[in-house]
Amino acid sequence: MTHHAPASVTKVRKALSVSPLKTSAPLGAAMAFMGVEGSMPLFHGSQGCTAFALVMLVRHFREAIPLQTTAMSEVSTILGGMENVEQALVNVVKRAQPKLIGLASTGLTETRGEDMIGDLKLIRARNRELDDVVVVPVRTPDFSGGLEMGWGKAVKAIIETLVPEEKAPSSQNRVNVLAGSHMTPGDIDELRDIIACFGLEATILPDLSGSLDGHVPDTWIPTTLGGTTLDEIRAMGWAKATIAIGEHMRLSGETLETRTGVPTTQLDRLTGLEAVDRLMTVLSQVSGRPVPTRLRRQRNQLVDALMDSHFAFGGARIAIAGEPDMVWAYATLVSGMGAQLQAVVVPTEAPFLSALDTAEVVVGDLEDLADRAEGCDLMIANANGRLPAHRAGVPHFRAGFPIVDRVGSNHRVTIGYRGTRDLSFTLANALMDVHEAHGTHGQDEQGGYGHTPITLNTEQEG
Amino acid sequence: MISDRIASVFNEPDCDKNRAKSDVDRKKGCATKGLTPGAAAGGCAFDGAKIALQPVTDVVHLVHGPIACEGNSWDTRNVGTKGPMIYRWGFTTDLSELDVIGGGEKKLYRAIKDAISKYDPPAVFVYQTCVPALIGDDIDTVCRVATERLGKPVIPVNAPGFVGSKNLGNKLGAQALLDHVVGTLEPDDVGSTDINIIGEYDVAGEFAAVEPLLERLGIRIRACITGRSRYVDIAAAHTAQVNMMVCSQAMINLGRGMREKYGIPYFEGSFYGIGDTSLSLRTIAKMLVERGADADLIDRTEALIAEEEAKAWAAMAEYKPRLEGKKVLLYTGGVKSWSVVHALQEMGMEVIGTSVRKSTEDDKGKAKRALQQNTTGKMGELFGSIPNGEMYRMFKDGEADIMLSGGRSQFVALKARTAWMDINQERHAGFEGYAGMIEMVRQMDIEINNPVWEQVRLPAPWDEVPVALTPVHTASAATPLAGAAE
Ligand code: SF4
Repeated sequence: MTHHAPASVTKVRKALSVSPLKTSAPLGAAMAFMGVEGSMPLFHGSQGCTAFALVMLVRHFREAIPLQTTAMSEVSTILGGMENVEQALVNVVKRAQPKLIGLASTGLTETRGEDMIGDLKLIRARNRELDDVVVVPVRTPDFSGGLEMGWGKAVKAIIETLVPEEKAPSSQNRVNVLAGSHMTPGDIDELRDIIACFGLEATILPDLSGSLDGHVPDTWIPTTLGGTTLDEIRAMGWAKATIAIGEHMRLSGETLETRTGVPTTQLDRLTGLEAVDRLMTVLSQVSGRPVPTRLRRQRNQLVDALMDSHFAFGGARIAIAGEPDMVWAYATLVSGMGAQLQAVVVPTEAPFLSALDTAEVVVGDLEDLADRAEGCDLMIANANGRLPAHRAGVPHFRAGFPIVDRVGSNHRVTIGYRGTRDLSFTLANALMDVHEAHGTHGQDEQGGYGHTPITLNTEQEG
Repeated sequence: MISDRIASVFNEPDCDKNRAKSDVDRKKGCATKGLTPGAAAGGCAFDGAKIALQPVTDVVHLVHGPIACEGNSWDTRNVGTKGPMIYRWGFTTDLSELDVIGGGEKKLYRAIKDAISKYDPPAVFVYQTCVPALIGDDIDTVCRVATERLGKPVIPVNAPGFVGSKNLGNKLGAQALLDHVVGTLEPDDVGSTDINIIGEYDVAGEFAAVEPLLERLGIRIRACITGRSRYVDIAAAHTAQVNMMVCSQAMINLGRGMREKYGIPYFEGSFYGIGDTSLSLRTIAKMLVERGADADLIDRTEALIAEEEAKAWAAMAEYKPRLEGKKVLLYTGGVKSWSVVHALQEMGMEVIGTSVRKSTEDDKGKAKRALQQNTTGKMGELFGSIPNGEMYRMFKDGEADIMLSGGRSQFVALKARTAWMDINQERHAGFEGYAGMIEMVRQMDIEINNPVWEQVRLPAPWDEVPVALTPVHTASAATPLAGAAE
């Protein structure tokens, strides 16, 4: 890796956020709960927050999404929401019989200072019908953090609710994986396969590959279908090791380690040669087996792919925006092949991004990205980047959350040797389209280069 | 006070729903209806206000609140307007914890100022949301001060989510226009055939199929509220001769308010469906003539209707053989379903049911009568909201061949391997006017007759009882090469 001065991570000081990059913490929590089998996320707040989150999740995952609300009104906000929580829990259990309810607070109930966790104890004591359901409360005010924070908090809360605080004898072949919100259902599947190559079995939490991978069921189930089972989560203390992926999983990893004594390895990402090498080392150590031939071959292919692709990346200027861990994975990949990070924007504070090879990481919105993206070769951002990309006159590659206007993004694999290989190709091809467009069209009417938005067909890889 | 304003909206005398209610029920308002904790669906009042006003394309729509309100929802609707794109940019104060503790008014003022200096819109609409409402941020005052100091109209839209449903929000949005925008500008080109269309959102630019019809009749749209409108059009809307209320319940207070304040008569109509389009044109012509327009407008309108209807039915007849006998489930809250029902029946399709979740009694009656007209003789059903599980079963059991609905229930149909078509706000095709109905039928043909349905319903080979295992080998033996080898 090249050595460079640390980037400054600066928050744009402005009162007006334009084209928000941030999505809310409760939404992140809901997404995490969807990776648990038989679960139903429930927002403690007014119904609108749930409706917005629901629509966004449906459009991104292209699945029916279970999500409920305590339906707070102006009056119940003033009087207190305990009764709404109680009714909501009882109704959800009656209607959908979930195994787990993920109860996430919102800005409204946190502003009022509701004691959701205390209330929950009272509610459980007086409603025997709730005995069989696990309720995981998590405090996620909308005014603090974004999607990754909500996701991280929910995973931590799931661990605290379900994993017993005890050191258990460890099984020989089980590992825990704490997956970040930037991992697609396709990534989760790939990771499970990689782990299986070492003769290990993984408990992946949360596991969106089972629940949001676009399967077509034979019956209708009102809660999530697939995902980590409650028994698997309860048994996480029996594993030999835990791997936490992404900075926003660090706290959950530490929590699990403190509760169970299972050692946690923190991996910053699983995209890129070095990163996957680290994963191989960990898995090899845990399993006591050498890296299987199949994966060694894949590594070779990746080395070749990086060399083939780097011509497109060398000197290319890239603007990138998204949740911090997703940005970290993509930015290190492209700058590792010689691209310049012309602009990097994240929605929330992320000091660890100072390690990126760029002058400045901006904590801001997509307007900030558009302001800094002019003249770059490629913009990497979620679907909402389409307007800013248009304004800056640059092509747009969709990555992150939400992606509502392309199909297949949930199956995109970006991790492991194979995933990195394919992602490098896809991005390189996108850049080659750009170069080609410039080459063939030459100067545009305004006499400038590259200010004509180019339509890329880069969503689906083979 | 927001509570007074809401009370006045609840008392809306022209709202059919309200007229049917007892005094006690009326006091409860539309807000409490249908909100069962743990079993609620639907947007909040802020959502409703924003939907109603967002199609004003040249203003800044600034959402005052934490990220949940705007961050999770911006740029989800397509208005087909060419021209200003500013309405799509997504502006919010994105309140942080510190703002919530210290109060958000100063930040809001600065945000308004920044929006004006950076984007120079003709006006800023400021939307209140739950958290700042709870901590007591007074957006009315901030907007008033901003208007005075910054010299641009800054309009408060006081509809925080927790006061009620989307429907209530539509009305509160309309109220903001009536209170702060309509009548603030005197145009110099007032004409005798100017009309406003209220409650038209111009989804996917579909109003483009209607506007030319009016143009041919010499009728000018002063303001289309709010699809494809500019701020100044709405500010001058009080000079029109007639108001047409399209989505009548959503903005009825605006129509009534303008009648009281400016003496503009209104009628309720729709541009969905052939018959409804004709009826609306007829009514516009008649009312304009009553208000002093040339009487020949009526004859010209009849001539246009005759011509367009004939063309539309002829164009649709082409699709009939491919649609005849197919069963449709109409599951919609917004679009007036009966006008669509008629067109489907005309295609020989059987409408197995339509939902009347958000309809008034009058709407329900119309829908019921429409459902009796199924040519197959089978009477369609009126549904409330259908739970996902039940809907899934209906498709699995083959009770419908296609569902027309909004995006939310899309995946219930798809999971049951059943055709689906979007008819709500997020859709990309326009269905209004004569051309729109043809387009709808054409789209339905494309969807329902797509060969993919046959494919995806094929059972997997391992799910089938093995019949004969030999043909594969027999086939290969018949090839010349295999024959030569033997
Ligand atoms: S319910 Fe309130 S907090 Fe939630 S989205 Fe609506 S306005 Fe915002």
